[in-house]
Amino acid sequence: MEYVSPEGLRLDGRRFNEMRQIVAEIGVVSKADGSAVFEMGNTKVIAAVYGPREIQNKSQQLKHDRALVLCEYSMAQFSTGDRRRQKQDRRTTELSLVIRQTMEACILTELMPHSQIDIFLQVLQADGGTRSACINAATLALADAGIPMRDLAVSCSAGYLNSTPLLDLNYVEDSAGGADVTVGILPKTDKMDAKLPMETFETVFALASEGCKAIAERIREVLEENTKQLEYRRAA
Amino acid sequence: MLQSKVFNKKTRGGRIQKQVREVYLRDDIYCGAFACKSCDTSAARLSSPKIIVLDTNVVLHQIDLLENQAIDNVVVLSVVLDEVKNRNRSVYNRIRALCSNPAKQFYVFSNHVHKDTYVQAMERESANDHNDRAIRVATLWYQKHLGGTSQVLLVTNDRENKRKATEEGISAETIEAYVKSIGQPDLLDLLAQPTAEDITMEDADDSRPSKRKLVYLEHKPMSEITAGLHRGIYHQGKLRVNRFNPFEAYVGSESIGEEIIIYGRSNMNRAFDGDIVAIELLPRDQWQEEKALSIAEEDEDEDDTVHLAPNSADDAPRISSLAQETSGDKNAVPARPSGRVVGVIRRNWHSYCGSLEPMSLPAGSGGTAHALFVSKDRRIPKIRINTRQLQNLLNMRIVVAVDSWDRQSRYPSGHYVRPIGKIGDRETETEVVLIENDVDYSPFSSQVLACLPPLPWSVSSEDVSNPVRQDLRHLLVFSVDPPGCKDIDDALHCTSLPNGNFEVGVHIADVTNFVHPGTPLDDEASKRGTSVYLVDRRIDMLPKPLTEDICSLRADVERLAFSVIWEMSPEAEIISTRFTKSIIKSSAALSYVEAQARMDDSRLTDTVTTDLRNMNTLAKIMRQRRIDRGALTLASAEVKFQIDTETHDPLDIGMYQIREANQMVEEFMLAANVSVAEQILNQFSSCSLLRRHPTPTREMLEPLLRTAAAIGLTLDVSSSKALADSLDRAVGEDPYFNKLIRILATRCMTQAVYFCSGDLTPPEYHHYGLAAPLYTHFTSPIRRYADVFVHRLLAASLGIYKLPTVFQDRPQLTSVADNLNYRHRNAQMASRASVELHTLIYFRNRPTDAEARVVKIRSNGFIVFVPKYGIEGPVYLTAKGEKGAGDWYVDEEKQKIVKMDGSLSYSVLQTVKIHMEVVEPQPNRPKLQLTLL
Repeated sequence: MEYVSPEGLRLDGRRFNEMRQIVAEIGVVSKADGSAVFEMGNTKVIAAVYGPREIQNKSQQLKHDRALVLCEYSMAQFSTGDRRRQKQDRRTTELSLVIRQTMEACILTELMPHSQIDIFLQVLQADGGTRSACINAATLALADAGIPMRDLAVSCSAGYLNSTPLLDLNYVEDSAGGADVTVGILPKTDKMDAKLPMETFETVFALASEGCKAIAERIREVLEENTKQLEYRRAA
Repeated sequence: MLQSKVFNKKTRGGRIQKQVREVYLRDDIYCGAFACKSCDTSAARLSSPKIIVLDTNVVLHQIDLLENQAIDNVVVLSVVLDEVKNRNRSVYNRIRALCSNPAKQFYVFSNHVHKDTYVQAMERESANDHNDRAIRVATLWYQKHLGGTSQVLLVTNDRENKRKATEEGISAETIEAYVKSIGQPDLLDLLAQPTAEDITMEDADDSRPSKRKLVYLEHKPMSEITAGLHRGIYHQGKLRVNRFNPFEAYVGSESIGEEIIIYGRSNMNRAFDGDIVAIELLPRDQWQEEKALSIAEEDEDEDDTVHLAPNSADDAPRISSLAQETSGDKNAVPARPSGRVVGVIRRNWHSYCGSLEPMSLPAGSGGTAHALFVSKDRRIPKIRINTRQLQNLLNMRIVVAVDSWDRQSRYPSGHYVRPIGKIGDRETETEVVLIENDVDYSPFSSQVLACLPPLPWSVSSEDVSNPVRQDLRHLLVFSVDPPGCKDIDDALHCTSLPNGNFEVGVHIADVTNFVHPGTPLDDEASKRGTSVYLVDRRIDMLPKPLTEDICSLRADVERLAFSVIWEMSPEAEIISTRFTKSIIKSSAALSYVEAQARMDDSRLTDTVTTDLRNMNTLAKIMRQRRIDRGALTLASAEVKFQIDTETHDPLDIGMYQIREANQMVEEFMLAANVSVAEQILNQFSSCSLLRRHPTPTREMLEPLLRTAAAIGLTLDVSSSKALADSLDRAVGEDPYFNKLIRILATRCMTQAVYFCSGDLTPPEYHHYGLAAPLYTHFTSPIRRYADVFVHRLLAASLGIYKLPTVFQDRPQLTSVADNLNYRHRNAQMASRASVELHTLIYFRNRPTDAEARVVKIRSNGFIVFVPKYGIEGPVYLTAKGEKGAGDWYVDEEKQKIVKMDGSLSYSVLQTVKIHMEVVEPQPNRPKLQLTLL
């Protein structure tokens, strides 16, 4: 199958180094301490953060000098168009763990001992790159909750199809079976599905990193905009 | 700008699913005209102020015309490309090739993502209408965009589209009108014929009454076929027409598990060889009746012709059942299911080589004439074409493409594509052979030639100092090849070691040092797959400087090589194996004859000769061991021509003689291939390229067993070892008897094939003929691409290079292996066809008597094999008209044909005297006729 035409256009009209449209919004769940909706094209993820709060299940606490980060990832049953079984499958568990580890590395947990932070993520609409969208949404929600972080953890995927590195794969490109890397910047979380030779991997990785930087910029803009709003409201 | 595309799609499970896809509309897509002021013209292609935009139907049907250089300055819209891709892959590849050809001015305009030409699907609009509208919108955009600077013309054969375009203010033309306006009448011949549904007027001037009749049954609509396949009443498969009888075809269907026979043109229902068809089984009681019918119909065309003796089951005709059943014992043989075609799922139409059926010129010259085209390939029916240059074409070989075949006409209609040359001309006929077998014989492009190292090339100091390359120039290396061989890809050495063992080395030309993955040179070689050897010329896989000079391991020059070096005990046991890149200097390029003469001449005691003798001793032991393991010594009827150096006409034909020296070289090459196969599979268990030879099933060996039984010979076919042993035992008083049996055995087996190790399980890797669990091709990288691939694998396994990315991609690897098999087979067919052609030329002025052996009994004669010339053909006992007339009857059990009064009989493997002569029963199709003396 031809994923990139000889004219250099992908199936949806993007070029190899172009991301899908990003839409981000903060404060969508008023009950939560922090929340955000993050969209990359047709992929849409909602994140809600509770905490830092008292540890609810003491037995889970392993280290007393830092906060406990918990993460729950799920996909809405309507997210893919056909009916999904809700069961906690292996993919879901793995994703929860990856996101949790990424966010744990990013949050300054040692500042909040004896407390826990819950991150809830739900995919509302899936069209490839949900892993990245989740990390980005979680970052926004954490920032919204005012949880101290080392930096903005952002993520973007890139793949390699038709001998071309491609940024931000959508579902069709993702399911083509080529290699794809999800890169999270700051604490590195890269994850690969298929094998790539080292040189190609480096170009794909570099492309994904560029994508991450662009996303970080966009997230910063959203946060700054939000801060301005807060400032304005306080003044009012 | 962001748009969403919403559509419904049927999933593999059969459910309907709504799909939503994003479409990003762009403002950086340029019109591609140099004259444009507002666009970026760096990638522009269109220089003329007259621009044409093509509709899908024009691209699909008139691709031959578009390839003509008179058609230029064309905008190809992306929606058109998409639709063409879905409808016909081969046309898509051709139009893509046109778009990327720098000599043509074809520009691809991605209208589907351009912000001004994007067309949102309307409610209740069919996909076809939507595309037509998109084409009109894009044309209109071009007209407005380029304004006064250029004239834009939409070329469409869709009447409705043309009408709407004119209404919207677009200038539109049909392709016929456009071609007429160019003013080159020759081009009109290239136009594809419109189908009968498109023109109803035309029928009026065709007064033949038979034309009006419906000749064929209707093809079922696609929806019905899909439903029928689902319910199991229809079966899907690829139609293969019998090479020896165009009225008989087979469909191998997975759902039935055995081959279904289709008799007669009306049951084939307009399907061509290679088409994917849906078939319906005929009721069991019709299975016999259909057969009688097929024989009657056969009279219309000619019968079997003389061919070269086939080499494997793949080329052999499968007509055994037909011959048996006409012989009378209907109950003895289970009838094979027969069926008829109800629809064609995918056409395999391409262009065909042949000539026009002779006809008188129509009165007024210059007008259009209807002519019948007869293809060289007998599996293809005659094709009706219209031409305006009949008198030029009558004595030419031409290429014709098929356009359509409707129910009213007995023959498909097509159009003329290009001439090849005069009929009977050796050059022309050779070109026909190449085209028929899909061999690319065009000269290498400049991009490919640019990849060659600068000439004159010699081993550089960097090569010498390269740590992965071992300097083996001190070794006494020599090569043994056929006389006059210029592409020497293997050389050998053999030295005695102090401990009594031998060091034996096989040095193979280091082609991968010059052919790097991903370069145009590599792509071209991969596409060609193999060099093709014809009687009078060679079609190279790699450009000549590489083939004959840089890579060729010629005598007395330093060359780069990839070496396999063994330490062998005097009993030819391999003690150790190592692989290395090397530099060698061959000291002698011997021919087989020279090598043999040296070995036989006991006076010679020079080092080369002693080395040769040592190697020969080792080779003999290895060969014996291989035979003990069960390797088959198969025979084929290879012939050798002596060609006149001036006229290139064949002077003499004879069987190819195999000497001990041939076997010696072969033995070491086999050993090298096996060693390499082990090494690469060990390192890359899922992506190695290997070669396997499937074990023949008992069914396939049936004809051999029947023949053997008839002459009182029992063959044990339980294993290759058992077969090899019983073949050894089969010696009669006739010195040629054993070879004949071996030839028959070879013919029952399929050919060996390349495959990717990840696609099969290890027991399937087995090579039956060589009785080797693993085998690959490593030793001829100059002339086979598979070997280039294996060189890369071996180099990667030694850590010399990294493995190219192709090897990560299993489907691509499989497709490479498939292409290699296809090319390899075509190359073989082409060389056979070339030999056949030269045989015909040879016998044209030399009617000859020869001794022949009967190999198969038919109801009205028998098939003979002429060992001296390696040809095979029918001898008729009854005259052609009175077929099946009862003078003769066939004794099936004894494989005998006996005259009714018992006075004369011929049995299988009997020696007969025949007379061979070239006759031309049908014009332009000369053939060799064999008659009994």
